[in-house]
Amino acid sequence: MTKKVTEGGAVSRRRLLTTASAGAVLAASPFRINLLQAEEATIKIGFPVPLTGPYGAEAQDQVRAGQLAVAQFNDAGGLNGRKAELVVRDDKLNPGEAATRTLELVEKEKVNFVVGSLSAAVQLAINNVTKERGIIFNSISQSDAINEAADFSKYTFHEALNPHMTSGAVGRYAFPKFGKKVAFLTADYAYGHEMVRGFLEVGKEFNIENLGDIRHPLGTTDFSILLPRLQALKPDILCISNFGRDQQIVLKQATDFGVKKSIQIIAPLLSHASRVAAGAQAFDGVVGGCSFYWGIEDKFASTKAFNDAFRKMYDGKLPTDYGALGYGGVRTVLEAVKIAGTVETDKVITALEALKYDYYKGPQYYRKCDHQSVQSVLVIKSKSKDMKNESDVFEVLSTEEPSEKNLRSCEALGHKS
Amino acid sequence: MAGLSFDLIALQLFAGLALGAIYVLFAIGLSLIFGMLTVVNFAHGAFYMVGAYVGLYLISLGGNFWLCLVAVPLLIGLFGMAVERVLIRPLYGRGIDYPLLLTFGLSYVMVECVRIAFGKTGYPFDTPEVLQGAVNIGVGYFPLYRLFVIGATAAVLLALWLFLEKTSFGLIIRAGARDPQIVRVLGVDVSRVWLIVFGIGTAIAGFAGLLAAPLQGVIPEMGGTILAEAFVVTVVGGMGSIGGAVLAGLLVGVVVSMTSLFAPEMAKVSIFALMAIVLIVRPQGFFGRAGLLS
Repeated sequence: MTKKVTEGGAVSRRRLLTTASAGAVLAASPFRINLLQAEEATIKIGFPVPLTGPYGAEAQDQVRAGQLAVAQFNDAGGLNGRKAELVVRDDKLNPGEAATRTLELVEKEKVNFVVGSLSAAVQLAINNVTKERGIIFNSISQSDAINEAADFSKYTFHEALNPHMTSGAVGRYAFPKFGKKVAFLTADYAYGHEMVRGFLEVGKEFNIENLGDIRHPLGTTDFSILLPRLQALKPDILCISNFGRDQQIVLKQATDFGVKKSIQIIAPLLSHASRVAAGAQAFDGVVGGCSFYWGIEDKFASTKAFNDAFRKMYDGKLPTDYGALGYGGVRTVLEAVKIAGTVETDKVITALEALKYDYYKGPQYYRKCDHQSVQSVLVIKSKSKDMKNESDVFEVLSTEEPSEKNLRSCEALGHKS
Repeated sequence: MAGLSFDLIALQLFAGLALGAIYVLFAIGLSLIFGMLTVVNFAHGAFYMVGAYVGLYLISLGGNFWLCLVAVPLLIGLFGMAVERVLIRPLYGRGIDYPLLLTFGLSYVMVECVRIAFGKTGYPFDTPEVLQGAVNIGVGYFPLYRLFVIGATAAVLLALWLFLEKTSFGLIIRAGARDPQIVRVLGVDVSRVWLIVFGIGTAIAGFAGLLAAPLQGVIPEMGGTILAEAFVVTVVGGMGSIGGAVLAGLLVGVVVSMTSLFAPEMAKVSIFALMAIVLIVRPQGFFGRAGLLS
């Protein structure tokens, strides 16, 4: 570049002029953006989720339900007329990408809050950014680490279940019923490891025998080479701790291999979107946990109201588990904003900590020490017949009521009480 | 972990061969097109994916799986020929990078079109009823459908071999790959030969996609992962060699399977480790001709 400029005087002068005028335009535009921000036109919620990749189906539901929460807030008049807006970014299920997108949301989009993510490692990457910038982050994906003192900050909230709660509930249901010999097939990353740890911990109460844990990389498309080994272990229970497309494929292939004939398959987390994408055949008879199922609308008025609002906004479609988390994550923050009467971070944190809420699944609240949402866990089974509609895919077997007893203690997480 | 029995190792070996069959089926189309046309077809994965979607669509219209086994390769083959005629033909003679970039871009366009038409989320693809369940193969139970995939792959290979070796058109194809100029001097329309070869290659890709659909369901991105692995297969086998693709495909399947028996988390890496080792010992792959890429 420098070489060219010195080569011909006329050209370089003209180039200088164009560069200068382009620079002026560039300088003007952020100035205008700043002006808009000064008016504080909207309350912006950054929403990084993995729209592409193996969890894409779940992420799209998160966005849909997040939009619903925003729409309800705006229809109710917002914060004294100030409207909210969801700024969605695709984090591609990649911690690096998620950190970059979050930084962009905070620095360029000037979002007031961040809600989102799906995957343990990704939410920790986002949390690192928001924690450093002093922005509230309400995570809607499972992680144990995010509650631990090392990763936690006062800006961190966790609306989703965590692996300890989920595996605990499923283990307490499954181990007394199906047998003591357990083999594990685990996605080789934080979520999978935390789930297995949770199962082994609750398994101590039932004296389960761990026959072995086979780990597979995230995004595996063929499990045929792992299944013979697992079958040879002859377990009573095969516990599959993976998620999204990995889960769809492994359950399909396990069915093909005839695994279900002699072995009960359990999965800590059964995703509604995955069940729909993989079909009834693959998931038939599998027992697992979840944070939300639309079918509990007979039990809770809040579920009924949430379902109806979702149906209305999306042509009769029903919300899924991860959709509900998107809704809960955004709604709690916006409700806290309303209660605090401001978007000021510290006041919103105080409001969130005091919140006792029931927006979609019965009573919930954020525990003071780690901001984990204390809530019920559903144990469900996948259906393949007598389905009332296309969303009628699970049967609720039991419900573990919200209780801090099922959480790891504040001391165990490293928080000073 | 429990001990390794003979049965388990035998079953694992077999699982590896079955996995390899899918690699083979995918890679022979890739190899055929490269060997004859010197086109590195980065859209091969997209043709594979479209094959699965076309099958899904035909079944939703009331067709059955067996009909799809004939209709899908035919339709994808015709589609491939249209692509060759309109997009790739103008680029012949401009070096290897032009068609490579074109097909790379094309694959993005195809994936995006499918996302628009069918949505981003996947669809289930049920195993045809008669092929459901597992059968005892002597050392343990193995899914019937996977045995069918091995059989179908063998049938495609046999048909391809007969076509290339025993028909006069096959002779022209082989000659055209060696020396297109001489073949042209002899009065053969070489561009027509290439058109058909590309059509056959994409037809096999579509067929492979359809066969893979009941194994893992259907999503727009399904061609991506297998494309990377299939390139390893073609490189190990020797770029452009169909025999090499067969041998390397099976070998990759077995290596992945055996690795996962002892260190499951290393299974994916083992594919690339194998490639590195082969390339150090034999840079052109098993049956590759040196200098084809230059």
